Amino acid sequence: MSPRRIKALIIKEFHQIRRDPSSFLISVVLPLILLFVYGFGVSLDLDHLRIGLVLEDTSPDAQDFARSLINSPYFEVHFGKSLKEFEPLIVRGKIRGVVVVPTYFSAFRYGTDKIAPIQVIADGSEPNTASFVQNYVNGAFQSWLSIQQSSNNIAGLAPVSIASRYWYNEELESRNFLIPGSLAIIMALIGTMLTALVVAREWERGTMEALLSTKVTITEIIIGKLIPYFILGWLTMIMCMVVAIFFYEVPFRGSLIAFSIVASCFLFSSLGMGLFISTVSKNQFVAGQISMFTAFLPAFMLSGFIFEITSMPKIIQYVTYILAPRYFVSALQTLFLVGNVWSLFVIDIAMILLIGTAFFLITAKISSRRLE
Amino acid sequence: MFHRIRALIYKEFLAILRDKKSRIVLIVPPIMQLFVFAFAATLDVTHVSMGIVNLDSGKQAYELVQRFRGSPTITDITFLPSETAIKDFIDNKRGFMVLSIDEQFSRLVDAKLPATVQLILDGRRSNTTQIVAGYAASIIQQFNNDLKANIGIKEQPVQIEPRNWYNPNLLYYWFNVPSLCGILTMVETIVITAMSIARERELGTFDQVLVSPMSPIEILIGKTIPAVIIAMCAGSLILLVGINLFGVPFTGSLLNLYFGMLIFILSIVGFGLFISSLCSTQQQAMLGSFIFMSPSISLSGYATPIENMPEWLQTFTYIIPLRYFIVITKASFLKAMPFDAVWSNAWPMAIIALFTLSGATWFFKHRLD
Repeated sequence: MSPRRIKALIIKEFHQIRRDPSSFLISVVLPLILLFVYGFGVSLDLDHLRIGLVLEDTSPDAQDFARSLINSPYFEVHFGKSLKEFEPLIVRGKIRGVVVVPTYFSAFRYGTDKIAPIQVIADGSEPNTASFVQNYVNGAFQSWLSIQQSSNNIAGLAPVSIASRYWYNEELESRNFLIPGSLAIIMALIGTMLTALVVAREWERGTMEALLSTKVTITEIIIGKLIPYFILGWLTMIMCMVVAIFFYEVPFRGSLIAFSIVASCFLFSSLGMGLFISTVSKNQFVAGQISMFTAFLPAFMLSGFIFEITSMPKIIQYVTYILAPRYFVSALQTLFLVGNVWSLFVIDIAMILLIGTAFFLITAKISSRRLE
Repeated sequence: MFHRIRALIYKEFLAILRDKKSRIVLIVPPIMQLFVFAFAATLDVTHVSMGIVNLDSGKQAYELVQRFRGSPTITDITFLPSETAIKDFIDNKRGFMVLSIDEQFSRLVDAKLPATVQLILDGRRSNTTQIVAGYAASIIQQFNNDLKANIGIKEQPVQIEPRNWYNPNLLYYWFNVPSLCGILTMVETIVITAMSIARERELGTFDQVLVSPMSPIEILIGKTIPAVIIAMCAGSLILLVGINLFGVPFTGSLLNLYFGMLIFILSIVGFGLFISSLCSTQQQAMLGSFIFMSPSISLSGYATPIENMPEWLQTFTYIIPLRYFIVITKASFLKAMPFDAVWSNAWPMAIIALFTLSGATWFFKHRLD
């Protein structure tokens, strides 16, 4: 291995980066667009749920309950005369559910045996929204009922109550964990794309063969590719961090040293994955497709960024173990919201390094075989 | 003219399908994704692990703990010795929540005084833990009801009766499969079209097409038709797998769905060719299509409802074709959507298609000069 040759390769790579607009697109434009889209577009805090309300009972009690729904920040209530009226709106997805208050609503005051059901109909074609509609209406009703019961001295107050505390995210702001998560997804994509596309182009244009026919060894080529894109990737990472902390105002409670270590390891592994993809495909179209299908989508869907891993089928859970973004998402969310939890980071870092090293070893093996 | 277009269509098919690697890339990933994501993308929480700190040795506390152990959704309970152990448990993600019962609990309950239990939840994943907190709340509500029944208080006569239309058990894959039908068809279409012109430009074959007697519109038609056919096939394949293998009920009309799909694909082809005519290399085209796709998916209402987004972003979603098509597929599968509702979601896509296709033609001509 000669430092002089590596240095020459690195300089060559930087010239290419400077000349090629797509490097700029990948490392600056794309991450900013994604951060922007995820920051504003993806939110798991459901409010403004549009629901229909049918009051079959017009007693003061029913009206009072209706008011509590209207005043709730979670709902945007539309009144209607009957359930039928709302049906076409549900089919079109214009409203998420309907609450029907029955004629016997005031029954709870008199302790009759006749149970009056409040029907809550939710649009099941969106399960998450549906269950939130059910939960929120139920919550609104329970709290309304307990206020009524305690102010009227009606027996039946709950003997055991719950005091819930959400640690590290008291205000339940989903952005606080979605932004660190999306940072991980973005870096998974950018890291992979940077090397996947660039090296595939060299193969496609034949310049890789030309390089391989010189004195340069495969290790030197890999290092020569790795260092420039590592630096570029780091610049992207810093840019994203600045946006996350100062623009989105996500709290950052960990230390920058811990962040640097985890981030460097992750960049190493995703650059390795990109190198691997480009070496296998040798074709820009295929490399681009593969990096989208193996880097971006799994990172988005299977890393625990939005969808909880423990709820997935067992086979898919095993697949997530070999996805580096899974560990990076977990480490970043912890770094941002909790602080330094080294016992967690050590495992994450070890797994990320293991996956990254595997990619490099396989790449080196395939490339050297191609030489013969 | 038709003869020329036909020849071009034939050539396009060859260009897309000749290479074995690109053939595989067109077929395998969408199907694999359908399988993985249909089951993985669930916001449902099924296997809950939690911790319990029980400082009370009384009977009531034991009773409450038993109820948590008996819950089918809670699969893993760790008993923690003291409240100081909670931090370590939550920080290392060993569980979603910790239930903490203090020394007073049984005494207060037996004395019919109000008692409180603490629930500590991991805010790093507050969406999940809110759902988990809901499970805990319903266990405790049941516990309360039984307590009340024991001391002779009747059940409250007004009750919430939850019902979920179209998907009574709230199965996530019933929602995922129709949505993925839209998403994957879009991905496929954009990949084929965005790369097509850029690749020819890079390889230099585009000049050969240009020196032929074909007009730009003919070339565009020749590029559009194969992409539409391949995308329709891909969409049908996903539909077939969704209905037959996954068993998602299809209650609407296939004709309506295909009508919507055709317009949807045309609008996406428009975007794809538009991107392609702007780019001079494959790499730029690939990035361009990605820059188009990822906001499309995130803002289509698939991951999170559109009405949750800021007002100005909601306005922006009107130019995203997927936003309309997801409504059509989902409602065609589950809600037996009538034609007039399909139409009200189809015409905005038709307008988008008109704009993007003519925009692509214009750019195309423009760059020729």
